[in-house]
Amino acid sequence: MAEVIKDIGTLTKKDFKLDTSVKWCAGCGAHSVLSSIQSTLPETGIKKEDVVTVSGIGCSSRFPYYIDTYGFHSLHGRASAIASGIKVANPNLSVWVMTGDGDSMAIGGNHFIHIIRRNINVNIILFNNKIYGLTKGQYSPTTPKGSITKTSPEGTIENPFQPGELTMGAQGTFFARVVDSDPKMMKDVFLQAAEHKGTSVVEVLLNCVIFANEVHKDITGKDVREDHQILLKHGEPMIFGKERNKGIRYSCNRLEVVTIGENGITEEDLMVHDATNPDDSMHYNLVRMGLPEYPVAMGVIRAAESTVFESMMHEQVNHARAETKIKTVNDLLHSGNTFRIDD
Amino acid sequence: MGKNPKVVQREEVVVKFAGDSGDGMQLTGSQFSDASAFIGNDLSTFPDYPSEIRAPQGTVAGVSGFQVHIGHKEVTTPGDQADVLVAMNPAALKANMKWVKPGATIIIDIDNFDNKHYKKAGYVEDPLHDDSLDGYNVVKAPITNLTRDTVKPYGFDPKTADKTRNQFVAGMLYWLFNRDIKLGEDFLNDKFKSKPNIVKANTAVLHAGYNYAETIEALSTTFLVDPVKNKKGLFRNMTGNLATAWGLLAAAERAGLELFLGSYPITPATEILQEIAKRKHLGAVAFQAEDEIAGITSAIGASFAGRLAVTSTSGPGLALKGEALGLAVITELPLVVVNVQRGGPSTGLPTKTEQSDLMQALYGRSGESPLIVIAASTPANCFHYAFEAARLSLEHMTPVILLTDSYLANGSELWKIPNTEDLPEIHPPLVKDNDENYQPYRRDPEKMNRYWAIPGQEGLRHRIGGLEKEDVTGNVSHDPMNHQVMVTKRKEKVEKVADDIPELEVIGEQTGDLLVIGWGGTYGGLVSAVTDLQKEGVSISLAQFNYIHPLPRNTEKVLAGFKKRIVCEINMGQFVSHLRSLYQHLGFRQYNKVQGLPFFISELKAKFMSVIEEQQPGETKNS
Repeated sequence: MAEVIKDIGTLTKKDFKLDTSVKWCAGCGAHSVLSSIQSTLPETGIKKEDVVTVSGIGCSSRFPYYIDTYGFHSLHGRASAIASGIKVANPNLSVWVMTGDGDSMAIGGNHFIHIIRRNINVNIILFNNKIYGLTKGQYSPTTPKGSITKTSPEGTIENPFQPGELTMGAQGTFFARVVDSDPKMMKDVFLQAAEHKGTSVVEVLLNCVIFANEVHKDITGKDVREDHQILLKHGEPMIFGKERNKGIRYSCNRLEVVTIGENGITEEDLMVHDATNPDDSMHYNLVRMGLPEYPVAMGVIRAAESTVFESMMHEQVNHARAETKIKTVNDLLHSGNTFRIDD
Repeated sequence: MGKNPKVVQREEVVVKFAGDSGDGMQLTGSQFSDASAFIGNDLSTFPDYPSEIRAPQGTVAGVSGFQVHIGHKEVTTPGDQADVLVAMNPAALKANMKWVKPGATIIIDIDNFDNKHYKKAGYVEDPLHDDSLDGYNVVKAPITNLTRDTVKPYGFDPKTADKTRNQFVAGMLYWLFNRDIKLGEDFLNDKFKSKPNIVKANTAVLHAGYNYAETIEALSTTFLVDPVKNKKGLFRNMTGNLATAWGLLAAAERAGLELFLGSYPITPATEILQEIAKRKHLGAVAFQAEDEIAGITSAIGASFAGRLAVTSTSGPGLALKGEALGLAVITELPLVVVNVQRGGPSTGLPTKTEQSDLMQALYGRSGESPLIVIAASTPANCFHYAFEAARLSLEHMTPVILLTDSYLANGSELWKIPNTEDLPEIHPPLVKDNDENYQPYRRDPEKMNRYWAIPGQEGLRHRIGGLEKEDVTGNVSHDPMNHQVMVTKRKEKVEKVADDIPELEVIGEQTGDLLVIGWGGTYGGLVSAVTDLQKEGVSISLAQFNYIHPLPRNTEKVLAGFKKRIVCEINMGQFVSHLRSLYQHLGFRQYNKVQGLPFFISELKAKFMSVIEEQQPGETKNS
């Protein structure tokens, strides 16, 4: 039976649900990411047919099979490259890359940095559970140093990547961080990612109940989260804590946690978050903040403007088309040096 | 001035230009080719250059060459050996003496023949004073000094002045071949349009070379090659890479699609990427990817999104693309992979030719992953086979590998320009919006292709991917019997392409003593050798394969028509192994060469005669 095509404004979360069974483990953080994406999409103003989800390989990469959009479950690490081809081929599509820390930081690291460098307008949702889940528990490029895993029985001896640092090192224009246990934060940030013109990277701190359970608990735990997270909002002072009395100050060329009301500190002394600053130095500092000295930065850390690859590509195409005398392949074949051979 | 040279009419002449990588020999070669085409000669060219951009000057390793074969008769190869060699320095002479015919004219720049240059070239004896050049007509031209004198008024530094030496050579050849020097002037005017001073200086040098040749006694005989017989119409001089790029553009137009090329620079395929990058005015997009893998995967993404998607590469790059090719096989998306073969394994001989990726093209993937493999066989027919690759890929919903090689890619020949309206229209199996019957793996009952529903289309949302899918519905399936069904259907789909390709042609009689079998880029050498022997009354025919998988329907019938069969390849015997596995009751001899060089006609003829003449017990019937 042909489906009834709904107007964009009337789409709901239900329109993006499939009746296939979702095969992630019970308690996996991916369920809440799926749910948040499904509730975000109706609010983006994008036609349902224009949404494409692309993934690589790994637990998170099963995502396209669970959402009612065009979907492409591709190769390990290659989602960003496939998404680049889709978006350049048809810039009208809204392209979402679903990837994990192994998929995008290890085997797909090259494609990850290059899509960001080009600033192709796709949204990359990076499910960071700091472990290889689908292959059952080996360390990943984001696993904290010293962690015991199946391939590091004495503890890892590698320095982990910070996805945010890598994004900015690749001249990223949008980086945000969310936690899987906060659907409101996810939806709010996913919407901003969708609106951003350029590559949006959203790192989801995600729990793997089987192989890295509670890996983020120092950040996400109910009892600590208010003191251990700071939700950054563009144009607002950097305040956090259960009592809303802690803040971030920039002093002597470094960030510093201060308490309002102590040592004469007032709200005026705190930094105001500027996500749009083209200079990413401060965004670097914010991305690197970590426990125990600092709270971990959440929300949209960077959202700067820059040129968008596929827009410029199609501008060049349109310009070339308007300027040329060679309108068809036949014109091309007969252009330049040709030789007539007669009797 | 004013000597009266003897004019000799020739059916064909081979000229080789050789010098340092920076001497402009490629330019002089192209200039000579264009002038030959302009007066109506048939032609075939082949550049021969080192993989270093500027290897140490004066060394054999740094010699760059360009060979041109022109004819009143039709020419199919750049020629085994040269009638005229231009050697700008001793290294160029040393590297090329074995490719020169006895009695050939050898023009050298005498100003570079000194002890310093001999040492660099590795000469122990002075080649001008031992007997190594006996029997050749050696023209010792002071090219460097006369050029520097000529450009003095233009105020060039010596380095810039020396860059115009190639025009002195060009001028000499205009005289030697009885050509209107105006053609040379036109070439320079066109080439250096925006640099009037450069045009003037080069034109002066061109005339100086012409006048010098006219004056000296050493050039007392000139050549006249009349326009080609049996070729009429509008032509252009095409290299294989250019023809490939244009064939893809033509296919996109005939399919009503826009072209997307995802590619990473690699010798000797890079010109395809460069050419498509220039064709935005035809709606084509060239995406220069970060690596070979992104080249093909971006193309797969573009194919999913509804473009004619192509990736171009050479052997090592094809190896990197293997995993993604498997994805294209299982998702059954159209995709053209152009593999311009070069010497391997690994980096191998990046600028030299070889046919050693056939097995990789046929089998170089995980799992059961059949796809179409076709091969172009002349520089110009790269256009046709690129078009065919796209047509078959789009209409049968499968990846296609098009094999060319360095010899075809860089070589050129005259190509009769077609009218694109005479090319077939291409009809990909697209789906209408909201088609109630659409399912991702429902198939055309005849051709067995699935249908192409494109993101953005209403009511056709679906999911594809690398996991095995359930027949018809396209849901993920690990069911054992379903896998068997899907593997079989993918195989049958590709095998059915045999209904959509032409039968194998035989050049010569359909039966006889010896069938020469080749595929792809060896055509020029093989057809010359076979037709020469046919004229001598030898019972020999040629079957040159362009469709490798699937093979033409009449393959077995053709092969069985001969007492003996010999498969000739620029590899160690990959196609012959393939044929042996398919036709176990037929015997195949093989002739293989892996020197980074094409076959020479002389060596082929000698081999074929020895095969025909050999008598072994039991060889009276089919061997």
